[in-house]
Amino acid sequence: MVRKISRRAYLAIMLIFLYAPIVTLMVLSFNASKSRAKWGGFTLKWYKQLFSNQDILNALYTTLIIAFLSALIAVILGTMASIAMNSMKKKPRAILMAVTNIPMLNADIVTGISLMLLFIAMNLFFHTRIRLGFGTVLLAHISFNIPYVILSVMPKLRQINKNTYEAALDLGASPIYAFYKVILPEIFPGILSGFLLAFTMSLDDFTITYFTTGPGIDTLSTKIYTEVRKGIKPEIYALSTLMFVAVLVLLIIINRKSDVKEKA
Amino acid sequence: MSKKLVDLSNITKAYGDNVILDDLNLYVKENEFLTLLGPSGCGKTTTLRIIGGFETPDKGKVVFDGADITKLPPNERQLNTVFQKYALFTHMTIAENIAFGLKIKNKSRQYIKDKISYALKLVNLEGFENRSVDSLSGGQQQRIAIARAIVNEPKLLLLDEPLGALDLKLRQDMQYELIRLKNELGITFIYVTHDQEEALTMSDSIVVMNQGYIQQIGSPEDIYNEPQNAFVADFIGESNIVHGTFLEDEMVEIFGKKFRCVDKGFGKNKPVDVVIRPEDIDLVDPKDGTLTGVVTSLIFKGVHYEMEVLANGHEWLVHSTDLSPVGAMVGIKVDPFDIQIMQKPQSEDEEAVISDEQ
Repeated sequence: MVRKISRRAYLAIMLIFLYAPIVTLMVLSFNASKSRAKWGGFTLKWYKQLFSNQDILNALYTTLIIAFLSALIAVILGTMASIAMNSMKKKPRAILMAVTNIPMLNADIVTGISLMLLFIAMNLFFHTRIRLGFGTVLLAHISFNIPYVILSVMPKLRQINKNTYEAALDLGASPIYAFYKVILPEIFPGILSGFLLAFTMSLDDFTITYFTTGPGIDTLSTKIYTEVRKGIKPEIYALSTLMFVAVLVLLIIINRKSDVKEKA
Repeated sequence: MSKKLVDLSNITKAYGDNVILDDLNLYVKENEFLTLLGPSGCGKTTTLRIIGGFETPDKGKVVFDGADITKLPPNERQLNTVFQKYALFTHMTIAENIAFGLKIKNKSRQYIKDKISYALKLVNLEGFENRSVDSLSGGQQQRIAIARAIVNEPKLLLLDEPLGALDLKLRQDMQYELIRLKNELGITFIYVTHDQEEALTMSDSIVVMNQGYIQQIGSPEDIYNEPQNAFVADFIGESNIVHGTFLEDEMVEIFGKKFRCVDKGFGKNKPVDVVIRPEDIDLVDPKDGTLTGVVTSLIFKGVHYEMEVLANGHEWLVHSTDLSPVGAMVGIKVDPFDIQIMQKPQSEDEEAVISDEQ
């Protein structure tokens, strides 16, 4: 009995520690008072203000577009790379896997600065006319997203029986048909989780975006950063609450989907 | 004589320095059940994969049904393969798996439906259309793999150790099942296995391979009763292989004793290898035996006793339903037609094989 209670108490304490900050944030987003120390009654004013703040809406739009495009392109490139790597011999494959893993472990600030330098150096040495902005942020996000896609697609590819693809060819399928009908459905869960991982990583990123963006282009994270420097407004609480809820809903959808699949 | 369906000529295949097949020549007749038999690494699977189109030979030609298909990709070949690990498409139902090849050929819905139920009936899995692959046992999955291949009405079915992953009882059932299928469908089968019993049970012809070379081609009876070299004798069943001297036609000397045999044409006083199957040795009273020895071990094997008899410094393996206790003095007697004479190996490769086996 005591065991049971202490077990539950332990779980409760853990959850409180994990979620207390977010709950605080959510509560404050409905606080009519601007002060963080005083409860001034319930209000939706900050949400209204948020949705009338064109700058923030623009940043939200940019964030979502970049997250979506970079995740999509990274998924295509990453899946292609995984397929190529999967058919390599053991040694080159191990080397390439190590090389693709390094950017994930690399400090964001190093990645960010080096990407910025690369874009500038390109202009210097190759006389390209790259200007830091939407394009460079997108390129940067694609490049740091690819390893995450490979990380989630590769294990799915390794699981596939080597003969499966050959069996499809044997039954008369062209290599492309065999890929779409047989390989793609088998690795699709990996591709989907790679996409979601890449999407979240992109949504989440501040450092790399900060160094590769140019004037006029802001994602939510860089926008919040500049806003915060001017002083925190409760609108930001509202925005953060919405982002949290969005991620939560996304997670629930994914989990439910995989549950249904396992039962079937 | 029925015509040749597959004709492999001068096939050579190497991975880097590792030569898998060296100048292999082999043909398969229409409606034959041919088995490629050999230890792992002998090149049997590579041979099958070359016929299937999954490997391209470095040299040589593959002729199928009168046409050169050496360079043809697998999806354009009129043959189908059953793989060792089933290789079913796990995200599809059983019916979708079977329909895969037919859909590519743009067959009508009704045709596909009829074919699916016909194929499932043939492999004794009626009503399995909407089951998922994961819900099937290994044996059932392999039957579906076979059904998926045969609905395409191939002229040739390639089977790459299809029963290798199944347990003994199921494997035996499936052997009969395959023979029945082969007879009902009238398709040519090329079957790869390392299991000599499986090969003997099912095949019309057996090709014994080792280290990329064909050792012997023949009917199961030929291969078992008249192995052409020590490798074949040793690989197919158990046997006693001893050195002998071929004195003259129908007379061979083993351990200084003369044995009558039925072989001719090995010359006079030539060194030869002599094969005697363990079940062909009769243990008799010492005074009646050509050789005499003492029983050193005795194991009960169910159908027979397995005994080892030490005679003239050689451990003779003997299978008999009559038991002779350990320590007993016995005579060894062999009927002339049970003695099989073989040439001494000539190539270094064959030499290597024998020393490996010992």
